[in-house]
Amino acid sequence: MINIRHLYVLVALATAATLAGFRPGDVSSPEAVPQLLSEYGFFTGETSAQVPAEGVVPYQLNTPLFSDYAEKLRFVKLPEGLTTPYQDSSVFDFPIGTTLIKTFYYYHDARQPSLGRRLMETRLLIHKPTGWQALTYHWNEAQTDAVLEVAGGRKPVSWINAAGKTQQVEYYLPNVNECKGCHNYSGKFRPIGPSARQLNGQLDYPEGAENQLVYWKSHDMLTGMESVDDAPRAAVWNDASSGTLDQRARAWLDINCAHCHNPKGPASTTGLFLDFWQKDPKVLGIHKPPVAAGRGSGGRKVGIKPGKPDDSILYYRISSADPGVMMPELARKLVHEEGVALIREWIAAMDTQK
Amino acid sequence: MRYFFSLLALLSLFPGFLWSQSGQDIRKEIQTQLILAEPGDTIHLPAGTLSIDATLSIDSKENIVLKGAGMDATILSFAGQKEGAEGLRIADSKHITLIGFTVQDAKGDNIKAIQTDGLVFDYVRVEWTGKPKPENGAYGFYPVQCSHVLIDHCEAIGASDAGIYVGQSDQVIVRNSRAFHNVAGIEIENTTMAEVHDCVAEDNTGGILVFDLPDLPKAKGGNVRIYNNQVLHNNYPNFAPKGNIVATVPAGTGMMVLATNQVEMFNNQVINHRSGGLTIVSYELVAAISGIPLQDTSYYAYPTQIYVHDNHFERKKRYPPILHKAGLLFAMKYGRKMPDILFDGVFDPATLEADGMMKADSRICISNNPGATFSNMDAGNKFKNRNSDLTPYDCTRSPLLKTELSLKK
Repeated sequence: MINIRHLYVLVALATAATLAGFRPGDVSSPEAVPQLLSEYGFFTGETSAQVPAEGVVPYQLNTPLFSDYAEKLRFVKLPEGLTTPYQDSSVFDFPIGTTLIKTFYYYHDARQPSLGRRLMETRLLIHKPTGWQALTYHWNEAQTDAVLEVAGGRKPVSWINAAGKTQQVEYYLPNVNECKGCHNYSGKFRPIGPSARQLNGQLDYPEGAENQLVYWKSHDMLTGMESVDDAPRAAVWNDASSGTLDQRARAWLDINCAHCHNPKGPASTTGLFLDFWQKDPKVLGIHKPPVAAGRGSGGRKVGIKPGKPDDSILYYRISSADPGVMMPELARKLVHEEGVALIREWIAAMDTQK
Repeated sequence: MRYFFSLLALLSLFPGFLWSQSGQDIRKEIQTQLILAEPGDTIHLPAGTLSIDATLSIDSKENIVLKGAGMDATILSFAGQKEGAEGLRIADSKHITLIGFTVQDAKGDNIKAIQTDGLVFDYVRVEWTGKPKPENGAYGFYPVQCSHVLIDHCEAIGASDAGIYVGQSDQVIVRNSRAFHNVAGIEIENTTMAEVHDCVAEDNTGGILVFDLPDLPKAKGGNVRIYNNQVLHNNYPNFAPKGNIVATVPAGTGMMVLATNQVEMFNNQVINHRSGGLTIVSYELVAAISGIPLQDTSYYAYPTQIYVHDNHFERKKRYPPILHKAGLLFAMKYGRKMPDILFDGVFDPATLEADGMMKADSRICISNNPGATFSNMDAGNKFKNRNSDLTPYDCTRSPLLKTELSLKK
């Protein structure tokens, strides 16, 4: 039974909280969320140097999402004394209190990283009791710190790529809703990258190179993994020694597409699912007609036509930079030429009789 | 080709630099309000044409009203859109109401709503300006996998797929609304408990379409009522990009039922359509016309439990569009004398009695449509027994359930 006096107290508290400008979970509330990245203490020394502090561990993915050729630094900070349960097929279910940290940057000249870099934004995923919270901090012009921003924005950036070519893009910083446009599983916010298959690879730690899953296990960050030999492994999309053409193409599609294109993701309505574990050729787009592609079909009739990349909607859409056509829909202005070439090769090599 | 696209990508940057900051500033202002909105909030859009340069989104919100100064006064123009495929996107929310504004020229869909329960569009217009063209976005209103959806006093213009589209949803009413210069005016797809009434669909390629399509998570629609509508001269040449299912709809299609079960159509005025007032077809015919074979083995490809009654059909003699595959087929079979009501005559054998009549529970009934002409194409049998005998369809069915929504505006 509800005691009416309790209600009065609740109303009074709520009113006081509102008057004080405090709303739980409100990103505009200074009590709730630091306005500067440096306030978290994730890094030692200059925040821009991105040298992790005690308890903040770098990680990388075998095949990362393409983000307009931005480079990324990734870190995980687990709550004191807690570990992550190992999961074979899905992204790790990190304990409440975990923060995932990702900084996007461009080298001034990718041929010579020592010439420096420009930090664009640092995104945080913080696991709260109410679920994952996404925050993005935009790096200031002086590169001394990054400032909280909820509504997103744009910054022109230019750099020299590994081939010595000057490239430029009006880099897009997403708003928090757009974060959830991708980080969405059954309508709930969720990380995408750190799964067993993506972490199953070497990383240069200060102590020396080691497999990330092994390192996590030996540093009490991961429990429940029997042996790393049994863990799945995503190929490195641009390293032919890491997997077959099919494995590399599937790894690329998995990380670039499957965060939406899975049965529980924002593209669940399409029936096109490109996740790592998908086996059904039709569901992967082979001979599958589009559902609601509109002009995104580009006049092509099926998602993937084996042997014919130019007749495949999937290839057409990943090759486009038109917002009404291109896939992924968000966080991309440039075409990932090398990734697109891989998918072209993959479709071209498919058995046309299938 | 890769190099072509990269060149295109680079070139597309330069207009971006010339574009004023205003598109970004206005978007940020509205977007911030949408992000910070608390249940019960109304967010007001000012009068005027607001240039918005990226998708505006409402995500995981409850009880939010987005209100403009009227559909002629507040215009959100996405003509300069640089990011995002939709104009306005609503996801994973509850009780969202949009009132009194226009969304124009989004790069993809004008308003998409997904996984939302309780959605009201009232006096909202979605349009692509200029002459209808394949480069226009696919859907005007695009609620998909939603429930309790009301589209009232709305208008949809210029969609290269459907102006008012509701897909894979449940409990839907579209009423008092108008759709023109779209490929499909109003389309209800894989949706259960839906009503389209007191609407005007005119000068589209097809007026009102009720579809069940394969390969979708929500596999079946049903209990769809279409009544009291004005379906007028939907003869606009089909401008859907190839590969899309609506590209198979010939210009001059008044109403169409594709492979849906439980559809009731009554009291509609269906006037002057080149390809006939109403086509009732199986997916087999569409598969043959589109050249896309059916592979979804769980999909039911046949229209059954259809009840068409008390409609007014009227048409001037005119050839179907012979440059379109289906139009050409119709022209070859009927010339200028397209019937008002056309049935492809492809049956599911399981629904037939020994004498070839449809079993009572799946029967198609077409009755009391004064003066309406009819033809069964017998498309499943190489058109051999094409005939205009309505007697097998002279029956009545129990009325379908009315959909009622208790949504506050």
